[in-house]
Amino acid sequence: MERLSLNETAGNAPPQQPQSQQQQHRQPQQNALGPSAPTTSGPPQLPPQMFTTAAQLLDLTDTRFGPPRREETDWCVAKLGSIRYGRRKRPLQEALAYHKPRLRWRNLVANLVLQDTIERIYAGKLYADVPRGIFLVRGENVLLLGEVDLDREDDIPTTVTKAPFEEVFELKKKEDSKRKQGDKKRHSELQALGFEPEHSGEILF
Amino acid sequence: MLFFSFFKTLTNQTVTIELKNDIRIRGILKSVDQYLNIKLDDIEVLDLDKYPHLSSVKSMFIRGSVVRYVMLPRSEVDVGLLEDATRRGE
Repeated sequence: MERLSLNETAGNAPPQQPQSQQQQHRQPQQNALGPSAPTTSGPPQLPPQMFTTAAQLLDLTDTRFGPPRREETDWCVAKLGSIRYGRRKRPLQEALAYHKPRLRWRNLVANLVLQDTIERIYAGKLYADVPRGIFLVRGENVLLLGEVDLDREDDIPTTVTKAPFEEVFELKKKEDSKRKQGDKKRHSELQALGFEPEHSGEILF
Repeated sequence: MLFFSFFKTLTNQTVTIELKNDIRIRGILKSVDQYLNIKLDDIEVLDLDKYPHLSSVKSMFIRGSVVRYVMLPRSEVDVGLLEDATRRGE
């Protein structure tokens, strides 16, 4: 992992690499803006506009990488069927710092690493939390990346109540299959009228 | 590029975004990029009861590919200018 990121940034900022990780954390913005800065030699560079997506995310990640304004920042990622609720803590910052050059170089849209992830399942008026650990999410699966308001974090809507995982999971399975059947029926009827389903029957939430 | 430039003129305005899974989110448009990925601040989810996932989210990054509609403040859209730009095909 370390070697990989060394190679990847070699063309851009060779003198930065030998620095300690501590210093790397303090200069994330420089790394992020690297592509727009002219480079003398090294591998061919992608045009700067290729990095805007990654740069947007890096702007978000700055709340973590910058000066420690907060001990930790919470994020949630909405993805296929459930919310992934990640809390990143300081020890992972090194790993995430190495993740950044990958974002930049591959121009992969919204690739993410989440630590201490809790999956929260909602079904009907119930919800359950399942501890999941570390997630590496490929960008194409990301629907949105939301920053959690720490003041509002514990204000769970009164319409939902916590329940054991098994119970919620069973209910969710039932809901999903019911929705799938409904969607299938609707799509076949729409298709007969010449409409194509928008996301080919895949349920985003 | 037309859409990109157009949305750029709408930064710091309140817009409502409808995603392809029917979630509607109102918030201040902070930035947009060439994929029409969108950053929203001070968000509010309409119909929050249906989507409790997002109850404590204050700002978000939305991937452009999942957006169905962006609803704009009417007063901020210069329709004449937009028509011209559309005809020019830029």
